Amino acid sequence: MTELLRIEDLHVSFKTDDGMVRAVDGVSLTLNAGETVAIVGESGSGKTVTSLSVMGLHKKGQAEISGSISLSDHGTFKDVVHLSDDEIRDIRGRAVAMIFQDPMSSLHPYYKIGSQLAEGYLVHNRGKKKEAMARALEMLDLVGIPEPAKRAQEFPHQFSGGMRQRVMIAMALMNSPQILIADEPTTALDVTVQAQILALLSKLKKEFNMGILLITHDLGVVAQVADRVNVMYAGRIVEEGPVDDIFYSPLAPYTLGLLKSVPRVSKNNERLKAIPGQPPSLINLPVGCPFAPRCEYKQHSSEAGCNTTRPALLGTSSTHRSRCHVPEKLRHELFAKELKEVQG
Amino acid sequence: MSEAILKIENLVKHFPTGKGKRGEKEVVKAVDGISFELKAGETIGLVGESGCGKTTAGRTILKLVEPTSGKIIFEDKDITDYSSSKMRAIRAQMQIIFQDPYSALNPRQTIGKIISAPFEIQGITPQEGTKGAVQNLMARVGLNPEHYNRYPHEFSGGQRQRIGIARAIALKPRFIVADEPVSALDVSIQAQVINLLEDLQEEEKISMVFIAHDLSVVQHISDRVAVMYLGKMMEIAATADLYAKPRHPYTTALLSAVPLPDPRSERTREHIILTGDLPSPINPPAGCVFNTRCWKAQDKCRTDVPQLVQLGASQVACHFPEN
Repeated sequence: MTELLRIEDLHVSFKTDDGMVRAVDGVSLTLNAGETVAIVGESGSGKTVTSLSVMGLHKKGQAEISGSISLSDHGTFKDVVHLSDDEIRDIRGRAVAMIFQDPMSSLHPYYKIGSQLAEGYLVHNRGKKKEAMARALEMLDLVGIPEPAKRAQEFPHQFSGGMRQRVMIAMALMNSPQILIADEPTTALDVTVQAQILALLSKLKKEFNMGILLITHDLGVVAQVADRVNVMYAGRIVEEGPVDDIFYSPLAPYTLGLLKSVPRVSKNNERLKAIPGQPPSLINLPVGCPFAPRCEYKQHSSEAGCNTTRPALLGTSSTHRSRCHVPEKLRHELFAKELKEVQG
Repeated sequence: MSEAILKIENLVKHFPTGKGKRGEKEVVKAVDGISFELKAGETIGLVGESGCGKTTAGRTILKLVEPTSGKIIFEDKDITDYSSSKMRAIRAQMQIIFQDPYSALNPRQTIGKIISAPFEIQGITPQEGTKGAVQNLMARVGLNPEHYNRYPHEFSGGQRQRIGIARAIALKPRFIVADEPVSALDVSIQAQVINLLEDLQEEEKISMVFIAHDLSVVQHISDRVAVMYLGKMMEIAATADLYAKPRHPYTTALLSAVPLPDPRSERTREHIILTGDLPSPINPPAGCVFNTRCWKAQDKCRTDVPQLVQLGASQVACHFPEN
């Protein structure tokens, strides 16, 4: 497997009037060619901030960033955290590209689709206007937009939501990046259109051997397209592993809580098992495990470290790791029983 | 279940859009002739993609927008032509919960003021005093009554939705339209709010039209489900029947498109991927409105409008129903 991205011990914090917001607090993850890695979490868990860091999109002076983001620029690795603005601009679009949640606000309403696509190509290939337009038509065709030559002459408002998201994907592909970051790519879309876009992303992954970093809060989407999953809570990864391990033998109480709170087909009439309470403020994180105030399992922790120390990311295997003070063997037993109840 | 609390007959809402390309008048056919009944204590889920008219349907039923034609019969009274002053007396019985808990609350009013608004408008002084009643309501929906004097920005999304719910149940309504009440919330918070709605509904015997695009949430909360597409009703059936045996091809496609939180079944399950986009509600297709995206469409579908008819336990509007 070819590694495309390696994030190590990434910290991102923002200074606000109320204090330091620790949005990302020691995140490490990897992405290989030909796989989809999901980052799952609720609002404020730090998933989007992580992905923006990979694109080098935090403004200098506003965010404090430490750690390393080693990214493959078609074979040569570069550390995004320590690159200059010019160097980042050089790899952005060419080595890594991003699609956003809301395709309407990511497209310029006054410019024709074709020229917006060509613009990204021209940044990296100066003066090659004809080539850029040809490439734009090719990409529109690839993402399934009928009559690309005609549609390229139209404006964003003439496209539907799903078609706009296809345009965004075409735009991301203009410079053949190896890494695609998709931040909630289908959240603004209807289910039938979401199914189209997810199928398109899977096709791209296979055809071009791309690595896709998928940011989402939707566990159904994760189950459908992800190969590996990182679950984030309060700025940290609380569990990482292959998609089956995460869904069928979760080891972090938060992951289990998420899986239990989703309404399911088979369990129509039962009460939903919600996670009590709310996510903590990122300014005043609890001293111990950030999930402890909402956790049902902390009484099982032998030395009661939940309220005093942060659990480390440890694992049974090299691929499946989680953060929790409760002994792993006990978690296996407890969680398997609970999961059986909801999954039937 | 007793008899119907709400009867909707052939309800139509068209919005004029100014002028079309050649100068003729155009209308957006947001709701184009829907009929259904809601029994006392029942929850009916109204689902469909954006632009299918489900929100307009909810608002028209409450007469927040005037219907173009059709009938709304609430507790045996035909309220279709009621004036706004005549509606006010009935409003205490019918309430709404909005999707976006951020824009549904006035940022310059305290929570106490927001939740007491229904009492004020209806000129009611509750037995325990307005403040007492509001604090009881806050406790009912899981808010701390001591936060009476706080402002909306001091609350999270889930808490704000609880405030909206407290306001909606203040006057003990018989009927609530909940318009995407949980779609702006995170999964773990969403489950809390759904549980709250179910508890309140059980205790107060409230009938509900639950509008949502999330089919698993709808399945969880509804007794029956109504599927809309381009302003028309495609299928109405008991929840278990609809999910196990969808009759309309559109329902089948919708259900198949929902990704399940189960990777193994996702790998083997076949997803029906509909081609194309929702047609414009200004110029809906002739015949069955779904014919442009339907894999079963025949010539008949392009000319004849299918009527919603009883088929087994379900009501379906399709010339070639499934199963």
